[in-house]
Amino acid sequence: MRDLSFVGRPIPRPDAADKVAGKAIYIHDLKRPGMLYGKIKYSEYAHARILHIDTSKAERLLGVRAVITAYNTPEVRFGFIRDNVALKKGKVRQFRDEVAAVAAIDPEIAQEAIDLIRVEYEELPGVFDPEEALKEGAPIIHEMDPRGRPKADNIVPVPWRFVAGDVEEAKRKARYIAEDELQTPPISHACLGTAGCIAEFDLQMNLIIHTKTQIPFLAQNDFNRALAQMGLKGKNTRVIVPTLGGAFGSGLDTHGYEYIAILLAYKTGRPVKIVLSREEEFKTLSPRQPTRTKITQGCDENGRLLFREVRMLLDNGAYTSWGATTPSVMMLPISSIYRVPNVFYETKLVYTNNTYCQAMRGYGNPQAAWAIETNLDHLAEEAGIDPMEFRLINKNIPNDISPMGLHITTCGMEECLKAVKQRLNWDEKRGKQRNKARGVGVACLFHVGGSGRVYRSDGTGVILKIDDFGYVTVVTGAIEMGQGLVGALIVATAEALGVTPDRVMVITGDTATCPWDVGTHASRGAFTACNAAIMAAEKARAKIFEIASEHFLNRVKYRLEQQKKKDPNFEMPDLGIKGQLQPEDFDMRENVLFLKSDPGNKYLRVTLDELVREAHFKEQGTMIVTEAFYDPCNQMIDTRTCRGNLSATYIFGAQGAEVEVDLETGHVKILKYVAAHDVGRVINRHTILGQIYGGAVQGMGYALCEEYKSEKGRMLNPNFLDYKILSANDLNFPMEVKLVETIDEAGPFGAKGVGEPGLVAVAPAIANAIYDATGVRITSLPINPEKLALAIRKKRNSK
Amino acid sequence: MKRVIHFTLNGFEVEVETESHKMLLDVLRDKLELTGTKEGCGQGECGACTVLVDGVAVNACLFPAFEAEGRSITTVEGLIGEGAKLHPIQQAFVDAGAVQCGFCMPGMVMSAKALLDENPTPTEEEIRAGISGNLCRCTGYVQIVEAVKLASKYIQEEKRG
Repeated sequence: MRDLSFVGRPIPRPDAADKVAGKAIYIHDLKRPGMLYGKIKYSEYAHARILHIDTSKAERLLGVRAVITAYNTPEVRFGFIRDNVALKKGKVRQFRDEVAAVAAIDPEIAQEAIDLIRVEYEELPGVFDPEEALKEGAPIIHEMDPRGRPKADNIVPVPWRFVAGDVEEAKRKARYIAEDELQTPPISHACLGTAGCIAEFDLQMNLIIHTKTQIPFLAQNDFNRALAQMGLKGKNTRVIVPTLGGAFGSGLDTHGYEYIAILLAYKTGRPVKIVLSREEEFKTLSPRQPTRTKITQGCDENGRLLFREVRMLLDNGAYTSWGATTPSVMMLPISSIYRVPNVFYETKLVYTNNTYCQAMRGYGNPQAAWAIETNLDHLAEEAGIDPMEFRLINKNIPNDISPMGLHITTCGMEECLKAVKQRLNWDEKRGKQRNKARGVGVACLFHVGGSGRVYRSDGTGVILKIDDFGYVTVVTGAIEMGQGLVGALIVATAEALGVTPDRVMVITGDTATCPWDVGTHASRGAFTACNAAIMAAEKARAKIFEIASEHFLNRVKYRLEQQKKKDPNFEMPDLGIKGQLQPEDFDMRENVLFLKSDPGNKYLRVTLDELVREAHFKEQGTMIVTEAFYDPCNQMIDTRTCRGNLSATYIFGAQGAEVEVDLETGHVKILKYVAAHDVGRVINRHTILGQIYGGAVQGMGYALCEEYKSEKGRMLNPNFLDYKILSANDLNFPMEVKLVETIDEAGPFGAKGVGEPGLVAVAPAIANAIYDATGVRITSLPINPEKLALAIRKKRNSK
Repeated sequence: MKRVIHFTLNGFEVEVETESHKMLLDVLRDKLELTGTKEGCGQGECGACTVLVDGVAVNACLFPAFEAEGRSITTVEGLIGEGAKLHPIQQAFVDAGAVQCGFCMPGMVMSAKALLDENPTPTEEEIRAGISGNLCRCTGYVQIVEAVKLASKYIQEEKRG
């Protein structure tokens, strides 16, 4: 590979200036002429029959333009297995169920109208615990499946089961075995910018929707299906994505409020905006799936892992999102982190009357990592081996194929572990500070790094256009949600094409103008879009060099003649060129074309803009527009065997913490945090650090304080006072990041995905450090002070 | 109850009719169309709506519009100089790589401004305390703290000329 000019440097991202200046336009800031404001009436029960809805008073309120219910609109069915409808008829199954909606000339009138709607219910017994929901006689949440067939249990029909080798046999052979039951709570994405959309129809009844999504093209498909259900079969949707105020997976499904805005816009013939308040965002968007995991791992006398057995129960809530596929990603670490020959994994998803769940950053991996990495420390202790050493014994290695069929290409796990070990001063500290209630802990992570084929296509399209002034526009369907896609894409394009980053502009977020992309998830945005941009840039270079073979010398000669005119004493140089120049004679760097054979020649240079104009601005000219569709070399998981090389490459990392525990209050103080990540290659240093710091801090919240609290299905903490996300004051310790570059062949310039891994290993790393400090192992997140103080007291009293 | 209120907004006199239950944030965003100031929670818990009232950082979502009468209000738009030149604080946030989704940024920048106006060379601890009312879900604050340090340096350099 040639020397890199821009890849790896801390280049400021292009969207930063607009954002700090308050000029970036989020959905909250957007208005359309004639726009109405929509509001939703939610259920007052977790499980109840709807007997009657009285909307008459709301309809009469001045300023109201439409009041809709399931009884006066077509049924719009949606969701991963189509078990949800936009407006509920007959029955509600969770507190956030939408029973009516209003469009009015301002948000206050819309809210007033909502308050005037009266709904009569007959309350039904609810079920709020997935284990209870599995019991005979439990209330049935869906009496019919989405196809209208009777349903007699609460099992979501999306089973996951992976078996490799013989776990029972391995159990007999194992010298040491550790068994644990571990839990994780639902947590909220808690994006600072709440969700919202503006739906409107043109006069051909095509839908235009500005909306907060990570999957504009899949959303287009969802919305077109809704149009067909509304009697508008054959009509199309244009999805436009404004600046996103964070997403973290919340935009991976289409939501009830979007369909309701569409129904209201259709009914009124006017644009309708629905933006969620903070309380609505907490109560009516889907949190990360809570899990209950039974895990057993065993090893031989040398600490080599022999088996891993994992049984998980997931509280799905009342409906099913794409989050039901998160077990496919949980399966990655469960089957493949560390070398383990015998694996059993089974997950059940169960309907309850709790809020329905969705994927969040890490796509199930943080839940799996919590179980594996906590239980692994337990096993290491049983075996009498230092947990750092235990991980090094079982580490993943390059060029290996795991039992699930994952092709591990490059792998920096060992280097990551060693970095954590050294930076935490592990050997001096592990197990030696309990008298000070201090401890160190480590956990590893394994995640997709080369996208993940969750859908049949895993592709990303890019159009690359060079204008008359040498400026380059990259148009892509991938989404910038704050993670830094645009910054990475600019660097990758500039590098691959041979221009400076200031010449590159990126356009995203419009299904009408951008080429298709499956969605920004699985840490795939920069990986796939940069690969596509490199392909498009190579095509553009081929075209540029072809044009150069025709026009380059003319431009050189023209300029020499001009110089001669200005300065009669100028001596025409001998260019030493014989015959016709060929495309392969050229190279281009930093906006300038030159000859490979004579790169330093000051006369044999033509700028890109000069060349493009020469080729374009004339009779029968040509232009430079190229396209590329990159679909990584990976496989969809075979749902029968649960095998398949899901990603083109994999991410590895190790994170470690040093903590101090207040034994009386149970308060955990982090003294130092280290995150070592195999990132393939750094494309933009600022952005990659931001992803790892940000992911790690979300993980610290998951570890120590975040929890979607509910009682019988009703959320108890729908605000930032009661739902604590960490503030700057909480981050009063050094956080060190070590970036390990393994230069993976599949990645753009060798880079792997980086969006999610930062938070995957945090909770077990901290829990393992707490154990080192106190001898107490907490088995459910978050490890809040009350829980920890209680456990410490219990341990003390049992002595 | 409706009333016409007068105040100074980013150096200009403005007059605007509003109602007694409206907050300064509503007036800025809905009436004056200055949408740079964001609403993240509407309950004074996230700091995305931070503006300066007579130089003091306040949550505009909790500040009654009528209370703005006669005051001097600075929003994030007021920091931009001629030719869209960023304020040194804004420039520092860009240069330090402190920006991700950006929704918290206008509030964060205004809190940083209030802090640096009062304490031009804060310690790291003072910076953390100064922005502790501004929640950010993306960055983990590390590069934001770096940005405020850098901003302090830029402002000192500007003063020295």
